[in-house]
Amino acid sequence: MNWLGSIINLDGYGHYLHWHFILVSVANLIVVGLMVITFVAALFLPFPGKGRRKENR
Amino acid sequence: MSTTEIDRQWTTRLRKRVEGKLPPEKLLPDTQPAYVASWIYVFGVATLSSLILVIATGTLLAIRGPIWWHQSSIGHFVNSLHLWSVEIFFFSMIIHLWGKFFMGAWRGGRQLTWMTGVVTFVVSIVTGLTGYVSQTNFDSQWISTQAKDGINATGGGAFFNVLNFGQMLMWHIVLLPIAAVILTALHVLMVRVKGVVPPYEDEKKVAQ
Repeated sequence: MNWLGSIINLDGYGHYLHWHFILVSVANLIVVGLMVITFVAALFLPFPGKGRRKENR
Repeated sequence: MSTTEIDRQWTTRLRKRVEGKLPPEKLLPDTQPAYVASWIYVFGVATLSSLILVIATGTLLAIRGPIWWHQSSIGHFVNSLHLWSVEIFFFSMIIHLWGKFFMGAWRGGRQLTWMTGVVTFVVSIVTGLTGYVSQTNFDSQWISTQAKDGINATGGGAFFNVLNFGQMLMWHIVLLPIAAVILTALHVLMVRVKGVVPPYEDEKKVAQ
Protein backbone atom coordinates (compact mmCIF):
# COMPACT_ATOMS: atom_id res chain seq x y z
CA MET A 1 0.00 0.00 0.00
CA ASN A 2 3.05 2.34 -0.04
CA TRP A 3 2.10 3.52 -3.52
CA LEU A 4 -1.27 4.67 -2.21
CA GLY A 5 0.42 6.60 0.59
CA SER A 6 2.53 8.39 -2.01
CA ILE A 7 -0.64 9.58 -3.79
CA ILE A 8 -2.71 10.50 -0.73
CA ASN A 9 -0.98 11.75 2.40
CA LEU A 10 -2.59 9.66 5.15
CA ASP A 11 -0.16 10.83 7.85
CA GLY A 12 -1.92 13.83 9.33
CA TYR A 13 -5.15 15.23 10.66
CA GLY A 14 -8.40 14.21 8.99
CA HIS A 15 -10.33 16.74 6.94
CA TYR A 16 -13.86 17.64 8.00
CA LEU A 17 -16.74 19.49 6.42
CA HIS A 18 -18.78 21.55 8.86
CA TRP A 19 -22.11 23.10 7.96
CA HIS A 20 -24.34 24.25 10.82
CA PHE A 21 -24.92 21.13 12.96
CA ILE A 22 -23.67 18.75 10.26
CA LEU A 23 -20.07 17.58 10.74
CA VAL A 24 -18.72 14.87 8.46
CA SER A 25 -15.21 13.74 7.64
CA VAL A 26 -14.18 13.85 3.99
CA ALA A 27 -13.30 10.11 4.23
CA ASN A 28 -16.84 9.24 5.36
CA LEU A 29 -18.34 11.54 2.75
CA ILE A 30 -16.35 9.72 0.03
CA VAL A 31 -17.70 6.35 1.29
CA VAL A 32 -21.28 7.71 1.30
CA GLY A 33 -20.72 9.03 -2.25
CA LEU A 34 -19.43 5.61 -3.37
CA MET A 35 -22.52 3.96 -1.86
CA VAL A 36 -24.84 6.32 -3.72
CA ILE A 37 -22.95 5.68 -7.00
CA THR A 38 -23.11 1.89 -6.42
CA PHE A 39 -26.83 2.10 -5.60
CA VAL A 40 -27.66 4.05 -8.76
CA ALA A 41 -25.44 1.75 -10.86
CA ALA A 42 -27.21 -1.31 -9.39
CA LEU A 43 -30.55 0.12 -10.50
CA PHE A 44 -29.56 0.90 -14.08
CA LEU A 45 -26.75 -1.49 -15.11
CA PRO A 46 -28.06 -4.50 -17.06
CA PHE A 47 -27.91 -7.81 -15.21
CA PRO A 48 -26.10 -10.58 -17.13
CA GLY A 49 -28.34 -13.36 -18.47
CA LYS A 50 -31.58 -11.57 -17.59
CA GLY A 51 -33.40 -12.80 -20.71
CA ARG A 52 -32.48 -16.44 -20.18
CA ARG A 53 -33.96 -16.79 -16.67
CA LYS A 54 -36.87 -19.05 -15.91
CA GLU A 55 -39.68 -17.64 -13.85
CA ASN A 56 -40.62 -19.32 -10.60
CA ARG A 57 -43.32 -17.62 -8.66
CA MET B 1 -48.41 -45.93 20.54
CA SER B 2 -51.46 -45.12 18.40
CA THR B 3 -51.38 -42.86 15.34
CA THR B 4 -53.45 -40.25 17.19
CA GLU B 5 -50.95 -40.18 20.03
CA ILE B 6 -48.09 -39.79 17.57
CA ASP B 7 -49.92 -36.94 15.86
CA ARG B 8 -50.34 -35.18 19.21
CA GLN B 9 -46.62 -35.29 20.08
CA TRP B 10 -44.92 -31.89 20.04
CA THR B 11 -42.16 -33.23 17.79
CA THR B 12 -44.72 -34.38 15.18
CA ARG B 13 -46.66 -31.12 15.36
CA LEU B 14 -43.49 -29.01 15.09
CA ARG B 15 -42.18 -31.08 12.16
CA LYS B 16 -45.46 -30.77 10.28
CA ARG B 17 -45.59 -27.04 10.94
CA VAL B 18 -42.01 -26.52 9.70
CA GLU B 19 -42.65 -28.76 6.65
CA GLY B 20 -45.79 -26.76 5.84
CA LYS B 21 -44.14 -23.34 6.21
CA LEU B 22 -40.78 -24.19 4.71
CA PRO B 23 -40.70 -27.23 2.41
CA PRO B 24 -37.19 -28.12 1.10
CA GLU B 25 -37.91 -26.71 -2.38
CA LYS B 26 -38.72 -23.35 -0.79
CA LEU B 27 -35.69 -23.45 1.52
CA LEU B 28 -33.24 -24.20 -1.32
CA PRO B 29 -35.03 -23.16 -4.53
CA ASP B 30 -33.80 -24.15 -8.03
CA THR B 31 -34.98 -20.94 -9.68
CA GLN B 32 -35.75 -17.38 -8.69
CA PRO B 33 -38.48 -15.00 -9.89
CA ALA B 34 -37.60 -13.11 -13.09
CA TYR B 35 -37.60 -9.75 -11.29
CA VAL B 36 -34.67 -10.91 -9.10
CA ALA B 37 -32.40 -10.61 -12.18
CA SER B 38 -31.21 -7.13 -11.18
CA TRP B 39 -28.02 -5.92 -9.47
CA ILE B 40 -30.07 -4.36 -6.66
CA TYR B 41 -31.02 -7.86 -5.46
CA VAL B 42 -27.34 -8.83 -5.14
CA PHE B 43 -26.56 -6.78 -2.04
CA GLY B 44 -28.34 -9.05 0.46
CA VAL B 45 -26.16 -11.98 -0.59
CA ALA B 46 -23.10 -9.69 -0.65
CA THR B 47 -23.87 -8.72 2.97
CA LEU B 48 -24.27 -12.39 3.92
CA SER B 49 -20.98 -13.34 2.20
CA SER B 50 -19.05 -10.56 3.93
CA LEU B 51 -20.60 -11.60 7.27
CA ILE B 52 -19.19 -15.12 6.74
CA LEU B 53 -15.75 -13.57 6.10
CA VAL B 54 -16.12 -11.32 9.18
CA ILE B 55 -16.90 -14.36 11.38
CA ALA B 56 -14.06 -16.44 9.86
CA THR B 57 -11.39 -13.72 10.29
CA GLY B 58 -12.76 -12.81 13.74
CA THR B 59 -12.44 -16.46 14.78
CA LEU B 60 -8.77 -16.44 13.69
CA LEU B 61 -8.14 -13.20 15.63
CA ALA B 62 -9.78 -14.71 18.72
CA ILE B 63 -7.64 -17.85 18.46
CA ARG B 64 -4.33 -15.98 18.14
CA GLY B 65 -4.93 -12.82 20.23
CA PRO B 66 -3.78 -9.15 20.22
CA ILE B 67 0.03 -9.70 20.22
CA TRP B 68 -0.36 -11.72 17.03
CA TRP B 69 -2.59 -9.25 15.22
CA HIS B 70 -0.39 -6.27 16.24
CA GLN B 71 3.08 -7.72 15.70
CA SER B 72 3.13 -10.42 13.00
CA SER B 73 2.70 -9.89 9.26
CA ILE B 74 0.04 -12.58 8.94
CA GLY B 75 -1.72 -11.16 12.02
CA HIS B 76 -1.74 -7.70 10.40
CA PHE B 77 -3.14 -9.26 7.24
CA VAL B 78 -5.96 -11.12 9.04
CA ASN B 79 -6.72 -8.01 11.11
CA SER B 80 -6.99 -5.98 7.89
CA LEU B 81 -9.18 -8.67 6.30
CA HIS B 82 -11.46 -8.44 9.35
CA LEU B 83 -11.67 -4.64 9.05
CA TRP B 84 -12.23 -4.57 5.29
CA SER B 85 -14.81 -7.36 5.35
CA VAL B 86 -16.68 -5.29 7.95
CA GLU B 87 -16.44 -2.25 5.63
CA ILE B 88 -17.90 -4.31 2.75
CA PHE B 89 -20.51 -5.76 5.13
CA PHE B 90 -21.82 -2.29 6.07
CA PHE B 91 -21.42 -0.94 2.53
CA SER B 92 -23.54 -3.79 1.11
CA MET B 93 -26.02 -3.77 3.98
CA ILE B 94 -26.78 -0.05 3.57
CA ILE B 95 -27.32 -0.41 -0.20
CA HIS B 96 -29.49 -3.48 0.56
CA LEU B 97 -31.43 -1.31 3.05
CA TRP B 98 -31.89 1.53 0.53
CA GLY B 99 -33.04 -0.91 -2.14
CA LYS B 100 -35.53 -2.64 0.17
CA PHE B 101 -36.79 0.68 1.57
CA PHE B 102 -37.64 2.05 -1.89
CA MET B 103 -39.16 -1.33 -2.87
CA GLY B 104 -41.38 -1.21 0.24
CA ALA B 105 -40.04 -4.67 1.11
CA TRP B 106 -42.43 -5.03 4.07
CA ARG B 107 -45.34 -5.49 1.60
CA GLY B 108 -47.19 -8.79 1.25
CA GLY B 109 -46.93 -9.87 4.90
CA ARG B 110 -43.16 -9.38 4.99
CA GLN B 111 -43.16 -7.21 8.14
CA LEU B 112 -41.09 -9.73 10.10
CA THR B 113 -38.52 -9.95 7.29
CA TRP B 114 -38.17 -6.15 7.38
CA MET B 115 -38.03 -5.94 11.19
CA THR B 116 -35.46 -8.73 11.60
CA GLY B 117 -33.34 -6.84 9.05
CA VAL B 118 -33.70 -3.56 10.96
CA VAL B 119 -32.78 -5.16 14.29
CA THR B 120 -29.81 -6.94 12.66
CA PHE B 121 -28.63 -3.55 11.35
CA VAL B 122 -28.79 -2.02 14.86
CA VAL B 123 -27.03 -5.04 16.41
CA SER B 124 -24.33 -4.79 13.70
CA ILE B 125 -23.68 -1.13 14.56
CA VAL B 126 -23.16 -2.02 18.25
CA THR B 127 -20.93 -4.94 17.19
CA GLY B 128 -18.91 -2.52 15.04
CA LEU B 129 -18.51 -0.07 17.95
CA THR B 130 -17.41 -2.79 20.40
CA GLY B 131 -14.97 -4.00 17.74
CA TYR B 132 -13.43 -0.56 17.33
CA VAL B 133 -12.93 -0.21 21.10
CA SER B 134 -11.43 -3.74 21.34
CA GLN B 135 -8.54 -3.11 18.97
CA THR B 136 -6.09 -2.42 21.86
CA ASN B 137 -4.43 0.57 20.20
CA PHE B 138 -4.59 4.39 20.35
CA ASP B 139 -7.53 4.37 17.94
CA SER B 140 -9.59 2.25 20.34
CA GLN B 141 -8.59 4.48 23.29
CA TRP B 142 -9.70 7.57 21.38
CA ILE B 143 -13.00 6.04 20.23
CA SER B 144 -13.89 4.68 23.68
CA THR B 145 -13.17 7.98 25.46
CA GLN B 146 -15.36 9.79 22.92
CA ALA B 147 -18.11 7.15 22.91
CA LYS B 148 -18.41 7.10 26.72
CA ASP B 149 -19.73 10.70 26.69
CA GLY B 150 -22.42 9.86 24.16
CA ILE B 151 -23.47 6.67 25.96
CA ASN B 152 -23.38 8.31 29.40
CA ALA B 153 -25.69 11.02 28.05
CA THR B 154 -28.27 8.32 27.33
CA GLY B 155 -27.93 6.85 30.84
CA GLY B 156 -26.69 3.57 29.40
CA GLY B 157 -23.10 3.96 30.63
CA ALA B 158 -23.86 2.26 33.94
CA PHE B 159 -24.69 -0.98 32.11
CA PHE B 160 -22.57 -0.67 28.99
CA ASN B 161 -19.17 0.84 29.83
CA VAL B 162 -17.10 1.39 26.69
CA LEU B 163 -14.00 2.01 28.84
CA ASN B 164 -14.29 -1.53 30.27
CA PHE B 165 -12.17 -3.49 27.81
CA GLY B 166 -13.16 -6.93 29.13
CA GLN B 167 -16.86 -6.14 28.87
CA MET B 168 -16.50 -4.70 25.35
CA LEU B 169 -14.43 -7.65 24.13
CA MET B 170 -16.95 -10.18 25.50
CA TRP B 171 -19.84 -8.31 23.89
CA HIS B 172 -17.88 -8.12 20.63
CA ILE B 173 -16.77 -11.73 20.34
CA VAL B 174 -19.56 -13.60 22.17
CA LEU B 175 -22.93 -11.91 22.75
CA LEU B 176 -23.30 -9.64 19.72
CA PRO B 177 -22.02 -12.13 17.09
CA ILE B 178 -24.44 -14.76 18.46
CA ALA B 179 -27.29 -12.21 18.23
CA ALA B 180 -26.23 -11.06 14.74
CA VAL B 181 -25.94 -14.62 13.39
CA ILE B 182 -29.29 -15.74 14.88
CA LEU B 183 -31.05 -12.62 13.56
CA THR B 184 -29.45 -13.04 10.13
CA ALA B 185 -30.54 -16.69 10.02
CA LEU B 186 -34.11 -15.67 10.97
CA HIS B 187 -34.01 -12.91 8.33
CA VAL B 188 -32.92 -15.34 5.60
CA LEU B 189 -35.52 -17.91 6.72
CA MET B 190 -38.22 -15.22 6.54
CA VAL B 191 -37.07 -14.35 3.00
CA ARG B 192 -37.40 -18.03 2.07
CA VAL B 193 -40.83 -18.39 3.74
CA LYS B 194 -42.35 -15.23 2.25
CA GLY B 195 -40.27 -15.04 -0.94
CA VAL B 196 -38.41 -12.04 -2.38
CA VAL B 197 -40.59 -8.93 -2.57
CA PRO B 198 -41.76 -8.24 -6.15
CA PRO B 199 -41.51 -4.76 -7.73
CA TYR B 200 -44.64 -2.58 -7.30
CA GLU B 201 -45.69 -3.11 -10.93
CA ASP B 202 -45.43 -6.92 -10.58
CA GLU B 203 -47.34 -7.10 -7.28
CA LYS B 204 -50.78 -7.52 -8.88
CA LYS B 205 -49.49 -10.17 -11.31
CA VAL B 206 -47.92 -12.14 -8.42
CA ALA B 207 -51.15 -11.93 -6.39
CA GLN B 208 -53.18 -13.43 -9.25
